[in-house]
Amino acid sequence: MGSTASLPTFKDGTYRDDFSFKNSPETVLRAPFPFDKDEYMYAVNMELHKDGRKGTAYEQPIDVDEHYVAEMRDRALVLDEDPLRCQSQPHMEMAGWDTLELLMECKAASYPEAFSLERDGDQWHWINRPMGIDQRFTFGDATTLPYGPFEYITRQAQGDFVVLDERHGNLWMDAGMVTTQADWSLDFDIGMNFFEWHAPVPLAHEKGIFTRALKYLLAVQQANPARRLNWTMTVNPRLDTSPENYHQWGPENTHITPENVADKLFLRIELQSFWRLPRSNAILFPIRCYLLSMRDLSTVPKWATRMHRVLKSLPPELSTYKGLDNFRGTAIDWLSQFDDGSPTSSGPFPD
Amino acid sequence: MSTIEYADFKSRPFYGVLKPASSVAHLVVAEGEGAQAVLDLVAKAPADFASKATLLYAEGPYVSDNSNREALRALGFARFHTSATAAAAVPRLNGTLERLRMGTQVYLTGNESALSLFVKVCTDAGLDYQGLQTEHRGSLARRMQCVHCKGITEEVTTQPAECAHCGLLLLVRDHYSRRIGAFQGVNINAEDPSDVPAKEEIFR
Repeated sequence: MGSTASLPTFKDGTYRDDFSFKNSPETVLRAPFPFDKDEYMYAVNMELHKDGRKGTAYEQPIDVDEHYVAEMRDRALVLDEDPLRCQSQPHMEMAGWDTLELLMECKAASYPEAFSLERDGDQWHWINRPMGIDQRFTFGDATTLPYGPFEYITRQAQGDFVVLDERHGNLWMDAGMVTTQADWSLDFDIGMNFFEWHAPVPLAHEKGIFTRALKYLLAVQQANPARRLNWTMTVNPRLDTSPENYHQWGPENTHITPENVADKLFLRIELQSFWRLPRSNAILFPIRCYLLSMRDLSTVPKWATRMHRVLKSLPPELSTYKGLDNFRGTAIDWLSQFDDGSPTSSGPFPD
Repeated sequence: MSTIEYADFKSRPFYGVLKPASSVAHLVVAEGEGAQAVLDLVAKAPADFASKATLLYAEGPYVSDNSNREALRALGFARFHTSATAAAAVPRLNGTLERLRMGTQVYLTGNESALSLFVKVCTDAGLDYQGLQTEHRGSLARRMQCVHCKGITEEVTTQPAECAHCGLLLLVRDHYSRRIGAFQGVNINAEDPSDVPAKEEIFR
């Protein structure tokens, strides 16, 4: 930490209806591209989440980008329709205050022009300028906030947030704010342990991925957050690809054609991080979503080449599980124009 | 008892065999073919087991053969209540749980859908699921939650299956929530509603 960043002008795009979401060229270049080589298989790809590379989504511990205001607007719309997207079991209130403190401290330290936090004992004063919020409250007293502490602060932070309680040598998903998910249901999974909520994932159990990942997560300590990347693909820049609404957005999966693939098909990147919380000893698990259209990718030659190779060599079970079967071929055909067969440089960053 | 083949996945509940515990009181909840599990349990138990026990028995809808009921009645449970279905047993089960004496062992048996419901009612009442004894008897019929409308459909035997609430045709997934007490149902033909796959009776 230590470095601060100024924020770009916030964009006004939408993640539904007319889908006016669009990345600026700078936002494309700073994206956490998830492939460090030309093929993909599950791995426990954890690393420390600190001292991030300047000018990337890793630079600040809790990244805020040009889509912040638009994304928070979309979250509010989802919650208006379905309050079950934010749930917290009764024993998770302390973890909610921990989450509020962490997110407020991180944002105020990283982006002092946009956010500020003043603490005087338990009397706190929070200002969120992009969202026009000026809130005085008593830390630890939920009646002084318009929502519970967890919901209050995650309505002001991009990405989904899950809180994992540690008991019996396992992690239990006991709270969450989930409106930008890649097709999983918080309402169904809340209360499950680490192995249970991953039950539907193919191949990875057999490879021992979850056993090793759990071991790593249980060892995460305060002040040493960890991160990993995950990915899938989404038709249209829709943040809320929930199973709850799958019967509504599912038909769009069949709408990709060679003519529209460049602008209608998105690489959906999840920057997942893991933070040990000080009072509750729970782990906060933010899952931040970044969307890059195929045309966005093509502005970085290495990324377009690599995306082509990853999609071509993807095991069929993973393609089906990630829901890519309808459009994978069309994407491979379009991306092939950026792949001349020459080797790519190592690592995920642009050349 | 025949060996039941379970679909194996990490969120799946597994069941054991009921064994008499040495506790101050017993609550036994059975559905349908679970009657035989209760008879087996009592046969293994000390002579005063039934006199310290409550039995709630859901014999199944429209049952005309009352031999299970009479066999259970003959065991001499201190309290014995019957109902038609597992769902109809819930109010009485809730009432019993409210008055449950500390240290009572709970035993649950029946088809998979009934077990899901009984476990959920018990854990909602504050019991730890690890303290519950369960034994599966009867069909693999599943209790299913529609992920879309959140309605619960009991006793699902087909794949796919219709949601009894919103009518969507659902794939019954191998994913189970103990909190909800149900398998997850997700619309099977969302991408192309005109493609209607045939239903197969697979949860038997």
